[in-house]
Amino acid sequence: MVKIGVLGLQGAVREHIRSIEAAGVEGIVVKKKEQLDELDGLILPGGESTTMRRLVDRYGFMEPLREFGRQGKPMFGTCAGLIMLANKIVGYDEPHIGLMDIVVERNSFGRQRESFEADLPIKGVADSYTAVFIRAPHIVSVGAETEVLAEYDGRIVAAKDRNFLACSFHPELTDDHSLTNYFVEMVKQAKLIHV
Amino acid sequence: MNTGTDRVKRGMAEMQKGGVIMDVVNAEQAKIAEEAGAVAVMALERVPSDIRAAGGVARMADPRIMEEVMQAVTIPVMAKARIGHIVEARVLEAMGVDYIDESEVLTPADEEYHLLKSDFTVPFVCGCRDLGEAARRIGEGAAMLRTKGEPGTGNIVEAVRHIRKVNAQVRKVVHMSEDELMTEAKLLGAPYEILLEIKREGRLPVVNFAAGGVATPADAALMMQLGADGVFVGSGIFKSDNPAKFAKAIVEATTHYQDYKLIAELSKDLGTAMKGIEISTLEPAARMQDRGW
Repeated sequence: MVKIGVLGLQGAVREHIRSIEAAGVEGIVVKKKEQLDELDGLILPGGESTTMRRLVDRYGFMEPLREFGRQGKPMFGTCAGLIMLANKIVGYDEPHIGLMDIVVERNSFGRQRESFEADLPIKGVADSYTAVFIRAPHIVSVGAETEVLAEYDGRIVAAKDRNFLACSFHPELTDDHSLTNYFVEMVKQAKLIHV
Repeated sequence: MNTGTDRVKRGMAEMQKGGVIMDVVNAEQAKIAEEAGAVAVMALERVPSDIRAAGGVARMADPRIMEEVMQAVTIPVMAKARIGHIVEARVLEAMGVDYIDESEVLTPADEEYHLLKSDFTVPFVCGCRDLGEAARRIGEGAAMLRTKGEPGTGNIVEAVRHIRKVNAQVRKVVHMSEDELMTEAKLLGAPYEILLEIKREGRLPVVNFAAGGVATPADAALMMQLGADGVFVGSGIFKSDNPAKFAKAIVEATTHYQDYKLIAELSKDLGTAMKGIEISTLEPAARMQDRGW
């Protein structure tokens, strides 16, 4: 059976597990780096990216996470998870995990009172998807191989680069599991190739 | 595009889950908190134990402090308004504070009514001691709850009482038959619709953090084990001997609340925790948890 982990150091972990399970695959909360070995794919959830980074460092997760991605196993970052995956963050010298070829800017829609939800199309996923943006980042630019999947107000808010998928918004806060299903398909395809 | 929807307000609190929100009184403390891995900071003029010691009327902090803290960190910044003080809350919203705590730690401005929090774009967190109080606050539009505990005492006993009570009452509602809910709503003093939502979802519709008396990493882990979604630490951190170390230890104990070996390691050589107050020695007027209606 396909197993997808959710990095469970902090943030909206339970919601992601619920939508993974809704896709009919096994969801696992990952609190220790040793758990990564048994997984076919990993979701980096929404939360506070600075907090996640501190905990990733403290528990020696950084190299195992990079290795996970380099093996070609799919990773999906939502909001804070997108920031974790990006290989460049505006205003910072160093990225976090830094595997995905995108440049990201933090808190780029403003503070909490400016947080919003809006309907938008996601290429290959849905014609209309309700996206919930909370103190959200956005993707400033993408690399040559990165495919833009969604934009809002002229800003890139979802993209795919090889085995990496990321979005600025929170699919885990709605009952629409279509984007998670899209990721689950990526995981299934990758598993077929690697077995 | 819609701002200030329930989903956006409640979702913000969902992102804080598994984390620690720390009280800070200046930019320097805010940076220590962020560095330690806090998911948000609560900007205050005085931490609860100092409010207790100072006596008198406790009000919204000087906006200068909120401004300073908001400029110092990138994590969300919360601030407290007095219960029922519409203008303090509007001022905080206008300043761009990310979350408002309508808090019993400050002296109430209204002894009958709470804020109509659904009227605001900014989300609110409120304290509760039981499901009736929790559901009334949700009914008014609170997007996040926390136990009241007994703030500024460094004594966890009241927070334990409150989280146990709320969770026991939630379990009861979930298992009740739907035709019993109206009477339960009457008995609890809770809006019927909120109880119905709890029954259908199988849980509270908003995140519920622990607050009011968390003084050690083990206290934080205890509250997580009892079902809290995260932890507020008020006086505990910056009243301890080594705030940076203490703050990190509390964050780790909250993340790994069932890893007892780790909590043992974290708890070594932390220095003295805040002194603490035995609850029975508090005069009735000094009990902050009794504020709120």
